[in-house]
Amino acid sequence: MSQAAATSAVSTDPSRRARLAEFWYYFSENRGAVIGLVFFLFLVLLAIFAPIVAPHDPTAQYRDAVLIPPVWQEGGRAEFLLGTDAVGRDMLSRLIYGTQFSLFVGVIVTTLSLVGGIFIGVIAGYFRGWVDTVIMRVMDIILAFPSLLLALVLVAVLGPGLTNAMIAIALVFQPHFVRLTRAAVMSEKSRDYVIAAKVAGAGHGRLMFKTILPNCMAPLIVQATLSFSSAILDAAALGFLGMGAQPPTPEWGTMLAEAREFIQSKWWVVTLPGVAILVTVLAINLMGDGLRDALDPKLKRS
Amino acid sequence: MALLEIENLVVEFQTATGPFRAVDGVSMKVHEKEVLAIVGESGSGKSVSMLAAMGLLPWTAKVTADKLTFNGRDLLGMSSAERKKIIGKDISMIFQEPVASLNPCFTVGFQIEEVLRIHLGLDKTARRKRAIELFEAVGIPDPAERLGHYPHQMSGGQCQRVMIAIAIACNPKLLIADEPTTALDVTIQKQILDLLMRLQAEHGMGLIMITHNMGVVAETADRVVVQYKGRKMEEADVLSLFESPKSNYTRALLAALPDNATGDRLPTISELFVDEPSLQGAAR
Amino acid sequence: MTVVLEARNLVRDYHIPGGLMKKAKTVHALKGVSFSVEKGKTLAIVGESGCGKSTLGRILTLIDPATSGDLLIDGNKIDITKGDLTPEMRRKVQIVFQNPYGSLNPRQKIGDILTEPLIINTKTPADERRERGMAMLKKVGLDEKHYNRYPHMFSGGQRQRIAIARALMLNPKLLVLDEPVSALDLSVQAQVLNLLADLQDEFQLTYVFISHDLSVVRYIADDVMVMYFGEAVEYGSRDEVFADPKHSYTKTLFAATPRADVASIKARLAKKQAA
Repeated sequence: MSQAAATSAVSTDPSRRARLAEFWYYFSENRGAVIGLVFFLFLVLLAIFAPIVAPHDPTAQYRDAVLIPPVWQEGGRAEFLLGTDAVGRDMLSRLIYGTQFSLFVGVIVTTLSLVGGIFIGVIAGYFRGWVDTVIMRVMDIILAFPSLLLALVLVAVLGPGLTNAMIAIALVFQPHFVRLTRAAVMSEKSRDYVIAAKVAGAGHGRLMFKTILPNCMAPLIVQATLSFSSAILDAAALGFLGMGAQPPTPEWGTMLAEAREFIQSKWWVVTLPGVAILVTVLAINLMGDGLRDALDPKLKRS
Repeated sequence: MALLEIENLVVEFQTATGPFRAVDGVSMKVHEKEVLAIVGESGSGKSVSMLAAMGLLPWTAKVTADKLTFNGRDLLGMSSAERKKIIGKDISMIFQEPVASLNPCFTVGFQIEEVLRIHLGLDKTARRKRAIELFEAVGIPDPAERLGHYPHQMSGGQCQRVMIAIAIACNPKLLIADEPTTALDVTIQKQILDLLMRLQAEHGMGLIMITHNMGVVAETADRVVVQYKGRKMEEADVLSLFESPKSNYTRALLAALPDNATGDRLPTISELFVDEPSLQGAAR
Repeated sequence: MTVVLEARNLVRDYHIPGGLMKKAKTVHALKGVSFSVEKGKTLAIVGESGCGKSTLGRILTLIDPATSGDLLIDGNKIDITKGDLTPEMRRKVQIVFQNPYGSLNPRQKIGDILTEPLIINTKTPADERRERGMAMLKKVGLDEKHYNRYPHMFSGGQRQRIAIARALMLNPKLLVLDEPVSALDLSVQAQVLNLLADLQDEFQLTYVFISHDLSVVRYIADDVMVMYFGEAVEYGSRDEVFADPKHSYTKTLFAATPRADVASIKARLAKKQAA
């Protein structure tokens, strides 16, 4: 306590800053997480400044430069650093614009499934009884399908396209958030501070969303990061199967699908989008690991 | 000769806010067949100093001492394999939460027989016989049947008896009891304390009682060490501690007992005891 | 003297539904408990774990309903299953819990914790709420600068003060104190007990003090009720109960309580020498 009092004397908003400092201490202990975070920030900047950074228009076709290898290989040209694809589009520019789509997919899918999942999960965990049973059985049914297969079926019903793919993936991811929220709410619900709020006269809505929910956020944030990367993977998979973003969109999965026929002869058309997906997902997962270390009270030593 | 001898023990933890000194230069001796009570409030480092002596602290703790010996053998310089032979056999420990200290997946009989197998190498029939004897010794009714029970089938008091049976299984020379009755009801506390005192007398063990409860100290101890914020404030035999406490802190602690309340208000420690650096230095 | 709280033959049963292998059964947590507490007095409820004292506390705080029996607060009969629980009734009874680490919402600032009851129950404007929160904080011995801090920055004793302050924000008549000092260190325990005594004098509060610690009970209580397996085995004024316990369980309880006085240490040491 004396330590806490001492730190608060110097800063204006002591608690938030102290909490952030503590968070950063635990997060930075995990070196992989810091590397992941740095790479992720790099991707975000890349996505924002894509029009400035990219040397070419991602859809512009250079008829005189079809399937040019990267610059360090024989036959490479300095204006196409990472080569060109089958119709003469610059690979580097397409990859850079691809980050926009991947991050966009991640953000939208995670937000949709997080918000929906939290809402349903809080209701299930708070009210229990038959409401809980009905909700959880529906979630069990969704979980019983292989996730990609279910997403494929949904996209087939809704029609192919990036928007529909995102809706489908969000729906498939939702049960994980519902389960996690429900478990957290159930364990928090019987805590003394909740009963104290009840004695003070708080109603159901207030108890659910103002009293209990803020204390359940830590595991949800970790799950959100992890599903961010899964969303990118699934969107790429749908794109590869022709059910996600449609050509000529420079989406990484779609790029892979277009390059399928060159898998044996022109390595860069296939490998580069694959590497982009791999590295992005890896970075986000590393970051998620660090978040888990920093936010999970069970792992905390103090 | 002293059984356990600790001189100038310092324990430091690495934390997010920098190093934290949990124990700061504590010295004490425990003689054979003696009951030593270590009293202190939370944060006084009373448990940490004993865990440090037994080498049970996590790697974030840095333990140094001028002297740390058990029965004349140096505990600090010892290899962990050698230490394992002593701890659990010659020194054993019981904890505050009896139900949590037992493994819920195994029967209590299995857990006590395992200790007998590892440390004494008894065969199966001998183990069972000894386990029943031990259960009888700690006052568990119907011991043969109770050996087949799981911890969750027993009450807190019964679990603490099982823990004590396990702790005395190898006839230890020293038993460390860390708040052994804090989680228990008053009537059960009385039974467990009586049991501990009886076993201590019968086996001639040294016993260290770590507690925050002055009543428990008064009912059990021969000698008392009072700790505050990682420092030793006072060491005295039990009668003179209660009759004429030397340190201001002990005096304040005794005055704050509701039993000793004289007027309408309880004197609080902050009124009677000022945490002065000079005073702390003098008490070492 | 006016009677603030009266309980008549309170019973609480828990039904444990049966499964495939076992029959459904009923646990009698409270087997008909009656008592009354006058304004400004303290009733201590003493007992060991499983005696039903916490169940009773929850019924008195209007969290759980009683299975049968009457509960009267300020002379009004209340049955929460029949929807008698108006906001005015709710405000009359508040509770302080045992564990100061679990009873404050870790994501709320102290100021929000204190003013939340006002936001829910009254239409007090924001600046007045703040003023009253500040005043209450000072009343329990904390400082204005603590208003914008989070609970994790406080020690156990300070948190218990905050919990007491929150309970008092709605000017309740009756405070149920569920082992309020048993998680605290001895020195802090004395401070909190003093605070409770001061507040009782100032606001004419009525306390129901649930505890297992007889030395604390002897210090703070006017009346004492000893509970054993859901029954009140002993009920009377403090001096009566402590001077002349009638029931054998009460006697056992008194005999088991460790004594920290010089005379009993001397007796023990003499006995040890003789043995």
